[in-house]
Amino acid sequence: MAKAAAKTVQEAAGVERRPALGGQDMSAGGVKVAVLPPANRVSLRARQEAVASLSRALGVALPQKPKTSAAKGGRTVFWLGPDEWFVLDEQGGDALADCGKAKGLHSAVDVSHRHVAFAVSGPGAEATIAAGCPRDLSLAAFAVGDCSRTVFGKAEILLYRVSEQEFRVECWRSFSDYVFGLLAEGARDAAA
Amino acid sequence: MLLIRCPYCEEERPEIEFRHAGEAHVARPTDIASISDEEFETFFFIRANTRGTVYERWRHVHGCARFFNAVRDSMSDRFIMTYKAGDPKPKKLPGV
Ligand SMILES: [Zn+2]
Repeated sequence: MAKAAAKTVQEAAGVERRPALGGQDMSAGGVKVAVLPPANRVSLRARQEAVASLSRALGVALPQKPKTSAAKGGRTVFWLGPDEWFVLDEQGGDALADCGKAKGLHSAVDVSHRHVAFAVSGPGAEATIAAGCPRDLSLAAFAVGDCSRTVFGKAEILLYRVSEQEFRVECWRSFSDYVFGLLAEGARDAAA
Repeated sequence: MLLIRCPYCEEERPEIEFRHAGEAHVARPTDIASISDEEFETFFFIRANTRGTVYERWRHVHGCARFFNAVRDSMSDRFIMTYKAGDPKPKKLPGV
């Protein structure tokens, strides 16, 4: 309902949504940093009792192990803490509405426009992230599918390893200029 | 860089993901309105500030965001062990 109303207002005013850094990308040597299109995101908090019903409602089993994620049909759920998950839907689904169908007590907040996401890919992707992130990013410590809140320079990020040579970096919108700049710097260093 | 084990993430993480959050095991008075000013002062302001083994609250603020407790040596800055919030003060410490 909120979605439909927003659309009407937008259309009536003749305005268009322009995402922060929309469409920008850069590449250097073996790394490409691309700003990803807008997506549907939900910050989810729940106790153990509600996990089963939320998993059913979202169509993805909420991961229980620290640092892990679970994906199904364009929707990915990231473990952020023992009672906290981050839901990402990249195929137009409404994760918030789906959470609403769960019987278990939970808190779900739509944070779709709080974040800007980047894809960092290529043989130098790991070195690019390492330019600002103190974590061990070797495959043994941060495997494909692993995810975590951490830091990148002075910004907090959500880091997700999509594949051996591709990471997804999510940061708060107001940090996106800084994060993109530091990623670009890291990519140039990794290429050198 | 100093590595700190988060009991919720179940692994060691870089220190800059964490934030110190004061002395651990400070019990809030059950009936705060009935205590004297002196008792309130002791509860609210007075800390042990021990030289040696200290029990502290920490928060994995840029990780799982949970508060937990740590036993640390205030002279060497070595972390002796960490444990979940709400767990009792450990009676026996590893390697001490
Ligand atoms: Zn943690």
